[in-house]
Amino acid sequence: MHPRDWITVTRQGIYIEPGDFHIDPLRPVPRAVVTHGHADHARPGHGATLATPETLAIMAARNGGSLDGADALPYGETRRIGDVSVRLVPAGHVLGAAQIVMEYGGARVVVSGDYKRRPDPTCAGFEVVPCDVFVTEATFALPVFRHPDDGHEIAKLLDSLRLFPDRAHLVGAYALGKAQRVIALLRKAGYDRPIWLHGALQNLVDLYQAHGVDLGETRPATGAAKADMKGEIVMAPPAALQDRWSRRLPDPVTAVASGWMRVRGRARQKGVELPLILSDHADWDELTTTIQEVQAGEIWVTHGREDALVHFAKTKGLHAEALYIEGYEEDPADATGGGG
Amino acid sequence: MQRFADLLDGLVTMPSRNGKLRLIEDYLAHAPDPDRGYGLAALTGELDLGTAKPKAIRELAEARCDPVLFYLSYDYVGDLAETLALMWQGPEDTPEDPPPLWEVIDTLMAAPRTRIPELLAGWLDRLDATGRWALLKLITSGLRVGVSGRLARTAFAGWAGLPLNDVEEAWPCVQPPYEPLFAWAAGGPKPEVRDMPAFRPFMLANPLEETDMPALDPADYAVEWKWDGIRVQVARRFGETRIFARSGDDITHAFPDVVEAADFDGALDGELLVMDASGEPAPFNHLQQRLNRKTVSAAMLRKYPAFVRAYDLLQDGPEDLREHPFRHRRKRLEALFGTPRDRFDLSPLIPLNDWSRMAELRDEARARGMEGLMLKRWDSVYVPGRPKGPWFKWKRDPLTVDAVLLYAQRGHGKRSSFYSDYTFGVWRDDELVPVGKAYFGFTDEELRQIDRWVRANTTDRFGPVRAVTPGLVFEVAFDSVHPSPRHKSGLAMRFPRISRIRWDKPHAEADRLETLLKLVEAAPAADGG
Ligand SMILES: [Zn+2]
Ligand SMILES: [Zn+2]
Repeated sequence: MHPRDWITVTRQGIYIEPGDFHIDPLRPVPRAVVTHGHADHARPGHGATLATPETLAIMAARNGGSLDGADALPYGETRRIGDVSVRLVPAGHVLGAAQIVMEYGGARVVVSGDYKRRPDPTCAGFEVVPCDVFVTEATFALPVFRHPDDGHEIAKLLDSLRLFPDRAHLVGAYALGKAQRVIALLRKAGYDRPIWLHGALQNLVDLYQAHGVDLGETRPATGAAKADMKGEIVMAPPAALQDRWSRRLPDPVTAVASGWMRVRGRARQKGVELPLILSDHADWDELTTTIQEVQAGEIWVTHGREDALVHFAKTKGLHAEALYIEGYEEDPADATGGGG
Repeated sequence: MQRFADLLDGLVTMPSRNGKLRLIEDYLAHAPDPDRGYGLAALTGELDLGTAKPKAIRELAEARCDPVLFYLSYDYVGDLAETLALMWQGPEDTPEDPPPLWEVIDTLMAAPRTRIPELLAGWLDRLDATGRWALLKLITSGLRVGVSGRLARTAFAGWAGLPLNDVEEAWPCVQPPYEPLFAWAAGGPKPEVRDMPAFRPFMLANPLEETDMPALDPADYAVEWKWDGIRVQVARRFGETRIFARSGDDITHAFPDVVEAADFDGALDGELLVMDASGEPAPFNHLQQRLNRKTVSAAMLRKYPAFVRAYDLLQDGPEDLREHPFRHRRKRLEALFGTPRDRFDLSPLIPLNDWSRMAELRDEARARGMEGLMLKRWDSVYVPGRPKGPWFKWKRDPLTVDAVLLYAQRGHGKRSSFYSDYTFGVWRDDELVPVGKAYFGFTDEELRQIDRWVRANTTDRFGPVRAVTPGLVFEVAFDSVHPSPRHKSGLAMRFPRISRIRWDKPHAEADRLETLLKLVEAAPAADGG
């Protein structure tokens, strides 16, 4: 049976009929399989939620500590749901992020969720799984998005600290994934001063540390003396940058760590002084490489700029089509949940 | 090139002046020679590299990129140069090192237009995304990173630890990439303006307040008329003449008659004027006909002949006179221009030594077509800027009329929520005709009162402008009034400002156009300009 006959797109998202479950459903469903903990993928309220233990821990942390119907499936183990066998494989996106590998009726389908290919010290790296149908994300699916080396971007931040030693450096980064990666990259670059955190980041930074990701010393920025944060790195969710919250900082340099920062007009429009091009999504080269490496007969493109990637795939002789699902963050730069 | 690209990249998102200064200073500290000089020149627009048009970029994009992907990307990014810079793909194998900035600039300056696309492609292959963006911005003259010449010079002075005024003075003596400036910063000699027909920063006067007078001894001051033209510096060395306006802008091209007649050697400070048929200075409006023109016609030159009335000598031959007192400079000036030369004469001194006689003379200024009086201390050396004490200007009293508010416009910046720009009119028969526009210079409280009045009396709105019911009278002060075919009333005011709000005055009693017409100074024949 062709996967098109057992995988459908409903109002809730991708539905797997022979297993009677949804992937990353947008609304509450009886049974969900969740790729990763970003809020637009991992919504609460499902009857049962299958995900990696890390993702479930993230969802529980978000949910005030617990999650009803949590059903953990570690990477690499197989589980039968209905007539479908399901396996979770690292996606390299954030801690716990998984591709969902499904086998049914002699066909293997992989739903990538959000992913990236470059190494990230805070999570397991993407694994290529050859398949018949590859459902890929397309957040940065334009050839203008080629993320630079992350060491280069961290060097930019450290260089700015050297140039403006009296100014706090306020780095906007998503609470899940990006914030921890920025801290880890700073540590890797030898930066060993305490990093000051907005309250909204503390929870997940602690969770990462508890999962064995060493992020060094962090301190709460709220309640700290203004003078103490001169020349220091302070991290906050992007939404807090223009907030009154930032007034507590000494003449801050506003930085944002996001793949969207690649386009200068966007950075300027958002009043970002120091754009750091750090993304947890695959860039154009990673997307185009991946859809070729999985050797799938069909590529289904969703979650972003489908048209460019579909066009590219066709020029390479691949069968590709767009899978339009409403509801995931098109532009996570404006949201708190997704990850640029 | 890479460092320059990173600098541009930093500047483009850096809003604060201090932040920009810091970035440029850091660039100067780390970029190699001669790149950093070229970098400065590129920032301030002193390099003319606008050799590639958007069309060339589009063609390059179409030749090297998938057109569907290019236009999808362009649509998203919204900037042609940035789109191509981001999606350009260099060769797979390790590319050559990025080109230094000097190589790019030297090559571009010498290359024929037809070779540009090929050169560009070669460089784009060797640069990273930021470098490619900077290169494409550079050659389409679209840097727009908010760096003025002044800011760049301030950064240079800050980095080199040199006084800004010295840097301002040395700057016009050198060409990109400014090797002598960097040699100077490294401890070498200052590039000397002495040997160049280059700009020397002006010394400026403070307004004389009545309260200043008791403390001043008139005997310490030389007195001259304040002429109603524009202040210029004429520098001539080794046969090359340059005329600079107050701003330091080079306006040589607009005054070929003056340039041609110049036959002295040195640099003078004086008033640029137009002469009337009798050889006397004509009203300002005549000079106006010669300003801000791209080309100067023979008719213009005949109708409005320009000349310079010299009042200071900054350099005589190879000798810089600025460190000498005014008394000495004046003697040297008289020696040079005592006998009038073609298009150059001397601003005479007025022998005066008491305040009351001086005040009488100032009252005559308007009738004599003067802006007022200038007072310069005999012992003053010529220093850039506006030091308090050595020089004063004592301007004639302004003229005033009572005019009626017709339109109000929202201001800018701090005043953007207030109606603070006003168009006012006077009566012609039983109709009010607009005669000028001014913004308010008084207290916040008065501004609020007018703002309230405007909002309560609005009859119509056009964007940021409101028309109001005639009713509010302003006393408008202005320096002079001239015929102007551009205004419905046929008149234009010079330096109008609102001097008083006449809440008490019924608008029917505001002034009439005839009153203003009587104040018009002798006008040049209409020429439609
Ligand atoms: Zn997502
Ligand atoms: Zn995500």
